[in-house]
Amino acid sequence: MRIDDTDRRLLRRLLADPGLSAGALAELAGVTPATASRRLDRMTREGVIRGQHAVIDWSRLGYGVEVSLRFTLDKTDPRAFDEFIAAARDVPEVTQIQTFLGKVDVRLHVIARDMGHYQQIYRERILTLPHISEIEALMQVATIVEREALPL
Amino acid sequence: MTALDDIDRAFLRALSEDATVSAGALGRRFGLSQPAAWRRVKRLSDAGILAGRRVEIDREALGFGVTVFLGIKLAAKGRVSLEDFERAVTAIPEVQLVHHVLGLYDYRLRIVARDLSDFERILRRRIMTLPGVGEVEANVLLSEERRPGPI
Repeated sequence: MRIDDTDRRLLRRLLADPGLSAGALAELAGVTPATASRRLDRMTREGVIRGQHAVIDWSRLGYGVEVSLRFTLDKTDPRAFDEFIAAARDVPEVTQIQTFLGKVDVRLHVIARDMGHYQQIYRERILTLPHISEIEALMQVATIVEREALPL
Repeated sequence: MTALDDIDRAFLRALSEDATVSAGALGRRFGLSQPAAWRRVKRLSDAGILAGRRVEIDREALGFGVTVFLGIKLAAKGRVSLEDFERAVTAIPEVQLVHHVLGLYDYRLRIVARDLSDFERILRRRIMTLPGVGEVEANVLLSEERRPGPI
């Protein structure tokens, strides 16, 4: 699908502030509300906008620990990626699964209530995942930036 | 910290799947009146548990074919100010995420680029010139999946 400047303006505003009302979004993008909603509907239909998701603040639910676990897998087994990812999906505390080209093969984002809980998840659910060759942990201290914005 | 019941959990799951669902539709799905469903959503928002929305887009369709995660180590800790680094990195438009971390690296960054040569430009001109930047490791994102989490 072709994206023109109006689409881009709408997307820029929407990505910068997804909570905006349809009216406010149209006004900021300099189009009528009818145009805005027609354009957004079209971009959603055509798959440029894939969806809108509520963000859950896990710290408010008592999950104070966030860890980024980086794995290197034993790639001598061709099923390593599929089996590792399938098993990781069964761990409820895993909130993101990403695969990479580089030194790291897979990254899991893991949340836990506290260090004791994290230790338990790590020993019982993470170390038991299949085909792990190496693990490195990055403990999250603070989020400085988190935005979906693209330099459109 | 707020205690959740089963309907709260069902609401959170449904809204993280699709945040555009109305309170009326949520209520119908889980056997609540529209006002009762609305009050629950409002309570979850007021408690900060529902913390806004995330729009998922097809980055490739918009011309951003490459996403790279960087691990960055500061060269001379103590001597560089973290604030200087953070202020400079926040101003880079291609940077979508900056996490301050403990471990092998000091910061994790997520960067979007049009293609690999665009990424190289960002890396050389913007990242390698950040105040205090030391070792940099890059991993190109191949796939990404968000999970519902422990609700």
